Amino acid sequence: MNIPQWIEGLANGTEAVGPIPGPILLAVVKVLLLVLPILILVPGLIWWERRLLSWMQDRIGPNRTGTITIPDKAPFLRGKKIRFFGLLQPIADGVKLFLKEDITPADIDRKIYFIAPAIALFPAFAIGGTLPWGAIRAPFEQGVSGLYRFLTPVANVDIGILYVLAISSLGVYGVVLAGYSSNNKYSLMGGLRSSAQLISYELAMGAALASIVLATGSMRMTDMALEQEKPLWGFIPAVQNWFILTPFGLLSALIFLICMVAETNRAPFDLPEAENELIAGYHTEYSSMKFAVFFMGEYAAMFLFSGIFAAVFLGGSSLLPVNWEHLAASVPSASGFFRGMAWFNYWAGPLVFLGKCAGGITFFIWLRATLPRLRYDQLMNLGWRSMLPLGLSNLIVVGFWVVATKLWGIGGGWATWGLVMSILVVFYLNILAGTRKEALSFGGRKVAMKDPAPRRAVTLVDPNKP
Amino acid sequence: MTGNQLAFLVLAAIGCLSALGVVVFGQNAVRSALFLVLNFFVLGFVYFALGAQLLGITQIMVYAGAIMVLFLFVIMMLQLRQDSSAKEPTDFKRPFAWLFGAALALSVMNYVVMPLSMTAESPVGDEFGRPQAIGNVLFSLYSWPFEVTSVLLLIGIVGSILLAKRRI
Amino acid sequence: MANDVPLSWFLIMSLVMFTVGGVGVVIRRNPVVVFMCIELMLNSVNLTFLAFARYGITPGQTIEQANASAMGGQIAVIFVMAVAAAEVAVGLGIIMAIFRLKNRADVDDMSALRG
Repeated sequence: MNIPQWIEGLANGTEAVGPIPGPILLAVVKVLLLVLPILILVPGLIWWERRLLSWMQDRIGPNRTGTITIPDKAPFLRGKKIRFFGLLQPIADGVKLFLKEDITPADIDRKIYFIAPAIALFPAFAIGGTLPWGAIRAPFEQGVSGLYRFLTPVANVDIGILYVLAISSLGVYGVVLAGYSSNNKYSLMGGLRSSAQLISYELAMGAALASIVLATGSMRMTDMALEQEKPLWGFIPAVQNWFILTPFGLLSALIFLICMVAETNRAPFDLPEAENELIAGYHTEYSSMKFAVFFMGEYAAMFLFSGIFAAVFLGGSSLLPVNWEHLAASVPSASGFFRGMAWFNYWAGPLVFLGKCAGGITFFIWLRATLPRLRYDQLMNLGWRSMLPLGLSNLIVVGFWVVATKLWGIGGGWATWGLVMSILVVFYLNILAGTRKEALSFGGRKVAMKDPAPRRAVTLVDPNKP
Repeated sequence: MTGNQLAFLVLAAIGCLSALGVVVFGQNAVRSALFLVLNFFVLGFVYFALGAQLLGITQIMVYAGAIMVLFLFVIMMLQLRQDSSAKEPTDFKRPFAWLFGAALALSVMNYVVMPLSMTAESPVGDEFGRPQAIGNVLFSLYSWPFEVTSVLLLIGIVGSILLAKRRI
Repeated sequence: MANDVPLSWFLIMSLVMFTVGGVGVVIRRNPVVVFMCIELMLNSVNLTFLAFARYGITPGQTIEQANASAMGGQIAVIFVMAVAAAEVAVGLGIIMAIFRLKNRADVDDMSALRG
């Protein structure tokens, strides 16, 4: 039996496995291929976070759990230790969390309290629904081809990137509802902060992604992956056009990176769970499994946001921004090597993608170890006064670039891009010079934190009261 | 009954029940808001069932993801200052409101829905609901209303800032 | 999709939502909930727009007519969403302002203008 043909038959609905129609089976396989690695890797992520944090803080971290000492009566390797570097620590943590007493506080909104962790978990996993973790096009082929197109993404829809934005905007509900239902002022404050924070940063994230959509001309995430296989800047065919290598894409990537940290409520944007102000924020009153579910959701969201960053800005599943196919065609002497690299790049794609996700998570942890938590007004200033205007001006500039490239070719596009960009920079510097002494910069914290003039007492004649 | 019909019936049942939940089952404002979120979410899926991908996802993003978060934010901010979880008093308006509502629904059912129930599907193709098609029309034929809407949104921003600031 | 679901089903769902929303505006006292009921009504109208966009109002229309109505219906929905967003921003601002004055939230309290 020809396996590629069989899989194609499954996708077309002409083949079936027993009573299950092919497309349904394939859909289930797609979902499992997305969700299972996350479920398996989340404990590993927790271990990685604890170890990396401890190295960065000059500690050792959890390194004992799982170390086995061979007993003296064993026939060989007596007294030797088999080390696992604490890799079993997350399992021990999980067992501990399972066995802990599940405390339910008094006077809570019971139904919402129980449903909140589930609501927090759902968007964290659903966000990967349009994420392509493998190349959708086999090397040396035109158009969509190869094995991975049947396995990823779960739904290759026209609205891929909008789906990501929509589902990530649902992530706030778990936090807000947990905060509301816990009957705890700290939790409520955490939930309130979280909703304000997520609303603020979603806008900038949308603007950052919109400029990429504009440059690609499509909202499909696989189209973005294909776009990134084109020549760099339109005229360097040996290098792939990863969006992080283009000027506008770099700016978008920076904005997206910052917004992604804010969206996942990670340090330095972890105000909803700021322990020095709010005990533990929205999950103060949660214990045992429900607490673990919140953490599961947070790590899954980190993982998948890193994946989205990789797919949109870092060239998806290719290892290096090198166009192996072009090299194979243009350098005949090393053609075989470059062909091999192209195929290796294709088949190793999912692993490379996982590696990029791991890199993103490492970045998250690095941020957590490095940066202090922002104050609330700093958070709002950063979101509304830096990220959003940057994202919007980037969007405008990309719009000019797209139109000029259509009209005058690649050179004209970049010339127009430079012109508009320099005008915007001058404009921005002008504004900055005018408002520097006010609350625009973080240095103006006196102005930002000062309470406005005392409220006048409002006297309102109420006819209902004598 | 086909699978599509069954799927629609399930979605519609959740949608209608959650709509009722907003008004009837939601004792306090947070419950009502949650039911409304559920309703909007399900409505997004109904739009998918109609083939309108872009609008379905926009529905989820704008309504469930942004507007309802704003509602919850305001409700919780009000509750920080005031403990308003008390049940609302029932009064004489209630039965009359339901009566008039039912009368309205029945008359619309009779005069609008029933005559249309046999309408066949229009011959719109796969292009229906595609972002590209909507974008083309939105920025050519409907560009004037689009611009007006942007001005309206600007006015909304300015107005809400005006309302929210204590001292301008 | 939706080939075998009749148009009237969508309309009935929309009708139920609209009626419930309208009744809710009348019977609920919390201004935020009243506002939510208005949103519910807006959404039911959106659903009607989309259903008609998909199925068309007149049977036996040409493809051009069908495509025009399909586009028009969807664009109406987009505008309704934009207007609803603006309305929510301003409306919630008004509710907050009233709350700041009165320190309670009940529609029957908002009667300072009745003379």
